Amino acid sequence: MLRVFESVNNLLLTAGIATALLLATGLVDAQEGAIADNSVEAELAKRIETGRGVFETRRKGNCLSCHLVIGSELPGNAGPPLIGMQARWPDREALKAQIYDPTLRNPDTIMPPYGLHRMLTDEELDVLVDYVLSL
Amino acid sequence: MKWTNLITLLLASMMVASVQADPETDRQALRDFYQQKFPDIDLAEFKNGVYAIDSKMREQWLEMEDFPAYEIAIDEGEELYNTPFANGKSYADCFGDDPGVKHNYPMFDQARGGVVTLEVAINQCRKEHGEAALPWLVGELAEISAYMAYQSRGKSIDIKIDSPEAIAAYDDGEQFYYTRRGQLNFECSGCHQQNVGKMLRAERTSPTLGHTTHWPVYRGRWQYVGNIQKRFQECNIQVRAVPFEAQSETYRNLEYFLTYMSNGMELNGPGSRR
Repeated sequence: MLRVFESVNNLLLTAGIATALLLATGLVDAQEGAIADNSVEAELAKRIETGRGVFETRRKGNCLSCHLVIGSELPGNAGPPLIGMQARWPDREALKAQIYDPTLRNPDTIMPPYGLHRMLTDEELDVLVDYVLSL
Repeated sequence: MKWTNLITLLLASMMVASVQADPETDRQALRDFYQQKFPDIDLAEFKNGVYAIDSKMREQWLEMEDFPAYEIAIDEGEELYNTPFANGKSYADCFGDDPGVKHNYPMFDQARGGVVTLEVAINQCRKEHGEAALPWLVGELAEISAYMAYQSRGKSIDIKIDSPEAIAAYDDGEQFYYTRRGQLNFECSGCHQQNVGKMLRAERTSPTLGHTTHWPVYRGRWQYVGNIQKRFQECNIQVRAVPFEAQSETYRNLEYFLTYMSNGMELNGPGSRR
């Protein structure tokens, strides 16, 4: 996960330097900087989309089985609706830990321990967190 | 004896009493749980499973009941039941004149030292009369039990637990019910008690009370009539656990516990489910 942040930061840094250089040489306008920002957004959007696949696929997360997401078809209601997730889970790692093994916070929960029982890989958990935080 | 010793002794005996299973207290506690959860529903309605708590699904189910898919199984079962064995004897020689005996099963057989389900009893009868045992889950055995269940309609489940060995079998079944298993880490009670009535996608979880009143069942997903232990296996597979053998000690004890929980409820099998 950290690596992704690093690469995003590097990308921003590179873009920033490039923009400064180009501005300095008077060869660029503000539009080029916007393109660099877009590529960062595009990267995150791709991860969110992959995460959505993990979330919805029955043999992966199958999360709709219990959680409602706005616009989803036939969601379950055994778990809480997933909305305002960034406000509810400001700490990204805490959310990942919750999906990894929810019984640590609530021993009686019915939610499966997705990481502990190897239902999802670490990478799948990461993109899943990206998606859930987008809700 | 000093006072302190007496108190210690009293406390110790209370602790021993509290760890011993008391099936009747368990059953009443389970009934109280569902009555609190669904205060407007008569507990007797729970013989209809999830249709007791979901009016929309109930409508669809009642429509299915107009021409129930299990009827053929009852007819086939009746014919099989009344066909004499090669030695001239028949099932009536084992079960008596009335084939409606399902309310007594599963029973604890003290001589054999284990739980005997209706299916085990049918196969025991066959073996005693020189016939081969039938496969447990579907086919002729399920048809014969469908006929016997039909003949038992209206009777109240009357399971007896009256020996230390029987209590141990019940205890084992109860432990299975409350133990998490499989990759999904589910316990039976997780869906059917804590989260009873909740939606899992389009399916509503059914109450434990009444789970055993209506078997065998024609299940839409199966497209045939099958016995309850077929459903146990399916449930275990759904939580990604390794299923146990049909009529294994584990499943017989589970069925014993589960059926006792519905003691006193009316039998209405065979049933149809989605």
